[in-house]
Amino acid sequence: MDVLLPRTLEEALEMKAAKPEALPIAGGTDVMVELNFDLHRPEALIDICRLPELREWKRENGMIFLGAGVTYGRIMRELSELTPLTQASRTVGSPQIRNRGTVGGNLGTGSPAGDALPVLAAYDAEIELASANRARSVRWNEFHVGVKKTALEPDELILGARWRAVRGPGSFSKIGTRNAMVISVAGLCLVMDDDARAVRVALGSVGPTVLRASEAETFVAEELTRSGNWDDPGADLPVDAMGAFAERVAAAARPIDDVRGTAAYRRHACAVLARRALGWALAARREGVGRP
Amino acid sequence: MTRIEVTVNGVRRDAEVEPRQLLVYFLRETVGLTGTNVGCDTSSCGACTVLLDGESVKSCTLLAVQSDGREVTTIEGMASDGEFHPLQEAFHRNHGLQCGYCTPGMIMAAASFLHENPTPTEEQVREALEGNLCRCTGYQNIVKSILDAAGQMSGVKA
Repeated sequence: MDVLLPRTLEEALEMKAAKPEALPIAGGTDVMVELNFDLHRPEALIDICRLPELREWKRENGMIFLGAGVTYGRIMRELSELTPLTQASRTVGSPQIRNRGTVGGNLGTGSPAGDALPVLAAYDAEIELASANRARSVRWNEFHVGVKKTALEPDELILGARWRAVRGPGSFSKIGTRNAMVISVAGLCLVMDDDARAVRVALGSVGPTVLRASEAETFVAEELTRSGNWDDPGADLPVDAMGAFAERVAAAARPIDDVRGTAAYRRHACAVLARRALGWALAARREGVGRP
Repeated sequence: MTRIEVTVNGVRRDAEVEPRQLLVYFLRETVGLTGTNVGCDTSSCGACTVLLDGESVKSCTLLAVQSDGREVTTIEGMASDGEFHPLQEAFHRNHGLQCGYCTPGMIMAAASFLHENPTPTEEQVREALEGNLCRCTGYQNIVKSILDAAGQMSGVKA
């Protein structure tokens, strides 16, 4: 097995064009376990850790770009104002794994349990891809097309994700079998967009890909409008709205029974996470958090 | 074979390595530093924790070639001038080890953590050790040792 060690993005894309079978590796959280257990014998790896282009994040024109090589540790230190993303990062593995693991790894592996993925879905992120002769971006739901299946072409690399910065509260939470080093059994990201007067809810680990709970999103946005909460964050939602929202979120899940949990438990967990996340967001709105 | 240049515990090493070689085996077999243990091969247990440019990483899931041009610190690099590092002293003083297998990883994880947070609470220490398993379940004294070391290092009495 060869390991290609490009220094720049340009060099990396040329190498990928010449050797499309080379598997990109950054932190190695997923790739190295497969190699150590001999589950996978790639002909070559391409180490993308040293590409400066992938290690940056930036804000421009109201958009946020997060490079595929930014580690979860750096997100926690440098992007703490992005609450849901920071919360998701904090639940990835352990400090040692967060010092190595990257958002690009979650994207490339394409497991529905990738902790950053519900956040990118709730942000409605575009995934930016490049090959030696073209660049393109694909919406999050067109990038992951099945369990560990992506729209990435063999000669392409993931550059990062880009999304419009959102004004409003949000959170990421997950259920797992223990409190540390856990692969989620169900995960949920809720983002409130005060400007668009919309709520976006994404679910992880409860379907072949990350899913959005569109009906629940529309329902709760309308409830917020009806109760006047968009204009007056002190206004209460009708008593049964939380439960009805949670039910709709659970209905959007498409879980299966597997080693980490049953479908029924996962569906239940989605409802619990949904109720909590909406409660936190409403409380944050009342307290003025996430407002300029 | 790939040529790498890596600084291990302050000493520059030029070596030819198999691209497939894990950093932990490079350290143990090529450099001869056997203080870093291998526990699980899956990043789960933390026994193989070393510092890469000062940050804790699990050397069983890192290729040696990925450390090219970087600085690695292992448990052997903690003592200086024949004196134990305050973390090593504290583990000794507080009986922070039973069988000792997890100890190098615990100390390296703690070193990285205390650099980030020199005056942690007990809860923060426990959280910081989420990636390290002690098969003897001796966590009580490990946490005590790290809090003691934090006190010594920051000049505050634990």
